[in-house]
Amino acid sequence: MTKLNSKIPAGSIENKWTQYRSTVPLVNPANRRSIDVIVVGTGLAGASAAATLAELGYKVKCFCFQDSPRRAHSIAAQGGINAAKNYQHDGDSVYRLFYETVKGGDYRSREGNVHRLAEVSVNIIDQCVAQGGPFAREYGGYLSNRSFGGTQVQRTFYAAGQTGQQLLLGAYSALERQVGLGTVQMYSRHEMLDIVTIEGKARGIIARDLINGKLERHFGHAVLLCSGGYGNVFYLSTNAMGSNVTAAWKAHKKGAFFGNPCFTQIHPTCIPVSGDHQSKLTLMSESLRNDGRIWVPKKKDDNRKPADIPEDERDYYLERRYPAFGNLVPRDVASRAAKERCDAGYGVGASKMAVYLDFAANTIRYGKIEAHKKGLHNPSDEEIKHLGKEVVKEKYGNLFEMYEKITGENPYEMPMRIYPAVHYTMGGLWVDYELMTTVPGLYALGEANFSDHGANRLGASALMQGLADGYFVIPYTISSYLSNEIRTKAISTDHEAFVEAEKKVKEQLDKLMNIKGSKSVDHFHKKLGKIMWEKCGMGRNEKGLTEAIGEIRTLREEFWKDLRIPGIQNEFNPELEKAGRVADFLELGELMCMDALNRKESCGGHFREESQTEEGEAKRDDEKFSYVSAWEYKGAGNFEMHKEELLFDVVHPSQRSYK
Amino acid sequence: MNLTLKIWRQKNSKEAGNFVSYNVTDISADMSFLEMFDVLNEQLISKGEEPIAFDHDCREGICGMCSMYINGRAHGPAQGTTTCQLHMRKFKDGDTITVEPWRASSFPVIKDLVVDRSAFDHIISAGGFISVNTGNAKDANNIPVPKDNADNAFAAAACIGCGACVAACKNSSAMLFVSAKVSQLALLPQGQVERETRVLNMVKQMDEEGFGSCTNTGACEAECPKEISVENIARLNREYLLANLKK
Repeated sequence: MTKLNSKIPAGSIENKWTQYRSTVPLVNPANRRSIDVIVVGTGLAGASAAATLAELGYKVKCFCFQDSPRRAHSIAAQGGINAAKNYQHDGDSVYRLFYETVKGGDYRSREGNVHRLAEVSVNIIDQCVAQGGPFAREYGGYLSNRSFGGTQVQRTFYAAGQTGQQLLLGAYSALERQVGLGTVQMYSRHEMLDIVTIEGKARGIIARDLINGKLERHFGHAVLLCSGGYGNVFYLSTNAMGSNVTAAWKAHKKGAFFGNPCFTQIHPTCIPVSGDHQSKLTLMSESLRNDGRIWVPKKKDDNRKPADIPEDERDYYLERRYPAFGNLVPRDVASRAAKERCDAGYGVGASKMAVYLDFAANTIRYGKIEAHKKGLHNPSDEEIKHLGKEVVKEKYGNLFEMYEKITGENPYEMPMRIYPAVHYTMGGLWVDYELMTTVPGLYALGEANFSDHGANRLGASALMQGLADGYFVIPYTISSYLSNEIRTKAISTDHEAFVEAEKKVKEQLDKLMNIKGSKSVDHFHKKLGKIMWEKCGMGRNEKGLTEAIGEIRTLREEFWKDLRIPGIQNEFNPELEKAGRVADFLELGELMCMDALNRKESCGGHFREESQTEEGEAKRDDEKFSYVSAWEYKGAGNFEMHKEELLFDVVHPSQRSYK
Repeated sequence: MNLTLKIWRQKNSKEAGNFVSYNVTDISADMSFLEMFDVLNEQLISKGEEPIAFDHDCREGICGMCSMYINGRAHGPAQGTTTCQLHMRKFKDGDTITVEPWRASSFPVIKDLVVDRSAFDHIISAGGFISVNTGNAKDANNIPVPKDNADNAFAAAACIGCGACVAACKNSSAMLFVSAKVSQLALLPQGQVERETRVLNMVKQMDEEGFGSCTNTGACEAECPKEISVENIARLNREYLLANLKK
């Protein structure tokens, strides 16, 4: 059972990382020049890793499927990034960030990894500011902070609602600087389609040039997958249209174990689905919950306009159920509570699958404060509303505009309608403390790995983890492996392993093109998404999951019999790209359901209906499930589970309570 | 609603392209412009025809990948809006809509509505950065930045690199794009060390990529989905002049 060695260093939690950094074997600068590293993906993890490794002197090849590395989906993160700076003097510390992240992850993450994350969080902000990241500032010129769901300190740094954009553009500029210096070779509009292994080690990739369809072989002493999460297995998610699991899944099929595949984060504040044409869902930053109150009518099927429903006929259900945290409970709790109200028939809007996020009360509160500042003694209601609206606009203007563009409704005048949507996947390739998968020389960084968020990710910590992995962790941990590779000469891509891998990729592409059936890729993707959302989404039970596995298998058979891809292989062919990705989602979906079936407890974002308290809250089962499930691929539809037991030396698991 | 679409079709960079007309029916006002394209493409696939290639990714107005020239305007009729955030409620039943790719010699067409914007990456790699290796940075609050400067730098940094400014410009000038990055970094204390070399190198690269000159028509600002101000172009000119004087 113990195929898994997490390689957590010995010593006290505060010293593990320092000790590790001080003793890890190094590669001397002269040797780095002859070592090739492949980086797949250019989001926060990939761009920061590629830039940093190139700065250190390694030869880097970097790949992305978009037309420019600047477009990776990290760019869409809105709210912010956590760092234990304690600039607000409100009791924050590395320990507190570590503790809250372990607790927020519902005790399903590794203490050692999370403490390291909290430690380097402070360096990340320094680095991003030094790069020219235009973060929000106070009038004194110092950095501004806000609080985010699930925390009681203000440790979140932000750039309006575009924090991800500013962080990514910082990493992108560092990457482009290295491209200009010739230390990184950038391959845009390229998609990785397989990992090449030689004698058990990762030695390169097969990539497809998406413009002319040609397959290419690339050698690397090590390969880093920074390819993001797999939320698009649900078809509708807040991910970009191109976000996919392909790189990670190909690695899985070449021997990398997949950790906690069923841990998906459903974000509570997204714009609801408007119809069958819906192609993606849009998040409304969690920061809105700082000033918005969430409610539904107390009466079922209440069709009155929200403004016509009097205060005492509204159910502010989060404030009612969780008075200590109210609207700021963690994402998993807020999402489940919204689903509960809608399933019980209290939902609002045409679809009845939405709840209100209302800014009216805080607009008035801000208006009164502003009026006071301006010395207005008897301001009219109109004046107060106007002044308050200005404050709200300053804080959330771009989000309100985006909401109005999408829905056609003005959120300054009526409450937003929101509903939970798939946002992030905590699961991913299993990695050890050094971020290496179970394939030597193959690493996974950022959302592509499973490591730091346990069963639920707290707000503003995805950006933190992506950049921690790329800027501050991998540059140290990779030398543990590469210091033993300095004698390995670059392997020719004529090596039979490359030839064989390319042949297999070509066969799969031929197979897809030759089905010549009648249904489009989207047809199958939408069907898969529906199965996953209904049976492996926010609420899960044994019966549903068992059914889902059968349905996915049937759907997969249909896919391989009846798919239609127009055009030809050796040209720019987006339908072919999508087909390859959906083929992988159709395999991953099955594994997610198997993992969910195995985990007979409710924890984090994952609510197993058979495991709940009398009050209907999630019931975790530490006796039986305090482990990471790491799945090994054993051939089509066949997976073996390995367990990595989780040990808690510092933070003792308790049932989370936000009441 | 029912619509007629006149769409630019071009097989690849070598072959000539032409407009082809299509009809779409039962389009909902709540659809995004790209979701309307999804409907059209599903229709084409079911008829055994090739779907229309277009760039898109995040579909929430921030990645800068979508790039359609709609009825003679970059990203279509809505102010400060990317194509993916344009919704069909801006159109009415019976409309004919013309859709072209970005047109600029520095952005060659790859297929249909997809163009190659790698010239923008080359400009950034010529100087659109602050040379700070990972680990060099000092404590973030050691560099106070006046709020106005921080806010102006942020407004310039909101550029998504979509290329609408180039597409909208009769000279295919990339001045708004370049000026946004130059301004962001020139406004911040962190950007001072490389202030002169940055602007000189970026402008040089911009010229090498074949972008045209700026004749101050302001079309770029009018069509920019992030409403980047032409004041940045004035700042770029000032920076460029000063850097040349100091050379």
